[in-house]
Amino acid sequence: MFSGGRRAAAAIVAAALFIASGAARALDRDAVEKLAFGEGDERIAAIAALVAEGDAKAVELLKAFAAGDVQTSGKRVFIVRGEKAVDPFTGVESALPAERDDVVANNRLRAAIGDALAVLNLLSPEKSARLAAAKALAGVNDAAMYPLIEKALAKESDAEIRALLEMTAAGMQLNADSPDARLAAIRLLGRSSNPNSKTLLLGLASDADPDIRREARMSLEAVEKRLAWGEWLGLAFAGVSLGSILLLAALGLAITYGLMGVINMAHGELIMIGAYSAYVVQNLFRAWGIFDWYLVAAVPASFIAAGLVGMALERSVIRWLYGRPLETLLATWGLSLILIQAVRTVFGAQNVQVENPAFMSGGIQVLSNVVLPWSRIYIVLFAVAVLAAMWLLLAKTRLGLFIRGVTQNRAMASCVGVPTGRVDAWAFGLGSGIAGLAGCALSQLGNVGPDLGQGYIVDSFLVVVFGGVGQLAGTVYAALVLGFANKLLESWSGAVLAKIAVLVFIIIFIQRRPQGLFALRGRVAD
Amino acid sequence: MSRLYGPRGWTILGAAAFVAFVLFPLLNLVVPAGHPLHLSNFWVTLGGKILCYAIVAVALDLVWGYAGILSLGHGLFFALGGYAMGMYLMRQIGREGQYQSDLPDFMVFLDWKEFPWQWWMTDHFWWTALLVVLVPGVLAFVFGFFAFRSRVKGVYFSIITQALTFAAMLLFFRNNTGFGGNNGFTDFKRIVGFAITTPQTRMALFAITAFTLLATVLSARWVVTSKFGRVLAAIRDAEQRVMFCGYDPVHYKVAVFTASAVLCGIAGALYVPQVGIINPSEMSPANSIEIAIWVAVGGRGTLVGPLLGAGLVNGAKSFFTQAFPEYWLYFLGLIFVLVTLFLPRGVLGLMSRK
Repeated sequence: MFSGGRRAAAAIVAAALFIASGAARALDRDAVEKLAFGEGDERIAAIAALVAEGDAKAVELLKAFAAGDVQTSGKRVFIVRGEKAVDPFTGVESALPAERDDVVANNRLRAAIGDALAVLNLLSPEKSARLAAAKALAGVNDAAMYPLIEKALAKESDAEIRALLEMTAAGMQLNADSPDARLAAIRLLGRSSNPNSKTLLLGLASDADPDIRREARMSLEAVEKRLAWGEWLGLAFAGVSLGSILLLAALGLAITYGLMGVINMAHGELIMIGAYSAYVVQNLFRAWGIFDWYLVAAVPASFIAAGLVGMALERSVIRWLYGRPLETLLATWGLSLILIQAVRTVFGAQNVQVENPAFMSGGIQVLSNVVLPWSRIYIVLFAVAVLAAMWLLLAKTRLGLFIRGVTQNRAMASCVGVPTGRVDAWAFGLGSGIAGLAGCALSQLGNVGPDLGQGYIVDSFLVVVFGGVGQLAGTVYAALVLGFANKLLESWSGAVLAKIAVLVFIIIFIQRRPQGLFALRGRVAD
Repeated sequence: MSRLYGPRGWTILGAAAFVAFVLFPLLNLVVPAGHPLHLSNFWVTLGGKILCYAIVAVALDLVWGYAGILSLGHGLFFALGGYAMGMYLMRQIGREGQYQSDLPDFMVFLDWKEFPWQWWMTDHFWWTALLVVLVPGVLAFVFGFFAFRSRVKGVYFSIITQALTFAAMLLFFRNNTGFGGNNGFTDFKRIVGFAITTPQTRMALFAITAFTLLATVLSARWVVTSKFGRVLAAIRDAEQRVMFCGYDPVHYKVAVFTASAVLCGIAGALYVPQVGIINPSEMSPANSIEIAIWVAVGGRGTLVGPLLGAGLVNGAKSFFTQAFPEYWLYFLGLIFVLVTLFLPRGVLGLMSRK
């Protein structure tokens, strides 16, 4: 129990402190007691009251409350700090009372405190703190907080924070007493593109007031339209992203299979080797403490590692099998098994973790329901760069000329002095190296494991065959078309069924048009 | 008779039949356990498994060795036969499952109240037997007809059959497809009323498998020595010339592809009760390619080759996966490479060369 003397003394000390700190108002004792001893709604109202004061002491008390550091002894409320009890009103420290009880907070109360602290942060001088608070408050529609948000709005000058707060304020005003305020709030929500606003407006679409009902429906329509746009945008980006991954996986194959006619079932394993090269480079760079730069070395490393393995395979096995595609298929399948097991022996059967460097994590928020991850954006750009480099190499360099020559007429190329054997090795190395680049890109999106390549082999062959063998442009179109088709189907049938549908579509397509989308014109009999 | 095999061939066949139908049952069932000559159930099951694989190998050899079509979808036909039999075996469990329900455990788990349409009549053995033949047969017929009519051949055909298998695997992995998803079917109790794990039932299944294999080899021999078989070989060697002679290769290819798929389905149906499990990983593209290597190891274009190859590779697999599991893939990979590089006619080619 408080004794009269102590209470008076405390009041004096408190008054002194207020004068010293220049604070305008005292902490509302009634609200603090309700928070500590009250029930349910009473406590929530108490939090709102504390927030409305906007006092530094209130912040301290609420923080302590959130951390579970507020205790009571009889009617006395205090904050536990180490071995001392701190009076929330005065800041005076005293010894901890022997008998004390925890103030228990349920989840609802905790959420309310979290919101309350966010609201208090809105008044912080730091712009970043205000922005974070405004974001945390999005979707909170507790009308008790409204006065404070209004206060914050009056002071706020930053456009982004203002926009966020206006939406939150509108959400809180939806159930206000005055119909005008409600209508204004509904109109404001109609301009947002947040899934939350949709839920809020849906609740009002069957309101008793016909004006509100009409206005809510109109706003709802506008929000839904904007949300649909966002969904389409997200879908389109997912399609481009998947298309770029398919393109990277299939580009190497477009050279080894499309141009050279080698059925390389170990193509997936070359991708896997590229991914593991990125993993090794990442570990080295982390050890050297320059982790964020590792991709600079990982990209060439994966190209070279996969390219060397590819050239070794070509020289040792594949070159003896030119012109016997079915045998090549079996032999390269065997090679793929050996490569998988070799990686298991060296790196273990478990997946390894390749982390994104800092500039690739996170994403840009285009609309409130669309976030484009940086890693995927970079991979799309990377695929474009690889494609351009490959085109330059094939069209503008001497090696490219030789590769095209050998592809078109091996005997004639050999007659005019092209070293066909060496060109085969280089071309195969190039295709394999590009598979390695695909692996490096894939390592940024998911887990890296010995079986990584197996998932891509069927896909990449289908992309090449679908686009038309011997055609780089066909491969590009096929990758994009399949990427879009897959994502589009995925949005209404789920991932697995979409994948199956795409596979079946390609099977049927190839039966109708075995030469692929873009056929080479010519008079080839068989 | 003499068209199929000479006296030596018939003697070897007779000896094989003697081993399978007399020696194996005697050593397994009559000779008591613990006796040095006793053949344990493990070997009977392993033998039965390899005989099933041998049927598949002969089936693939018919299309690859004789007609020149490398199908990478035979694992699918095998698994489809297995799933058809698996449905029947699941129905035979009755109420002895974990949840004591008429429905298989996985359906109770998914909170389904009745059998989906695929399971119609699967509690009747004759309908199951029909499914075992019809499902792979019809699929192969439709797929083969369209593929061969548009003259999809060579590697193209291999790749689209592989895509088909891959698509089917994804489909069967889904719980909603109604075939137990990931886990497939297992925990079988009975087959046509007999308890499935007793030595007698196992021996009977083994004998039926051996009989099926013998019948398969004899009928395959009959086919490849007939005019039909000659045309097939001609299509393999020079398809255009066969067309110009007035034959339509499509009919021949479709027929042999369908027959081969049916054989695979039957082999799958015999395989499932013996190993006691069927799940979607049987459909993985890797399995189908492995079948091709059995045929290549033995020697394609012969009928003994696939038998030999299936036995050798699977024997080695059983040995390796127990003794040195981490070296099995190296070994299998090396077989693929070495056989294609140095033994284009398989082990049989090696024997006849000397």
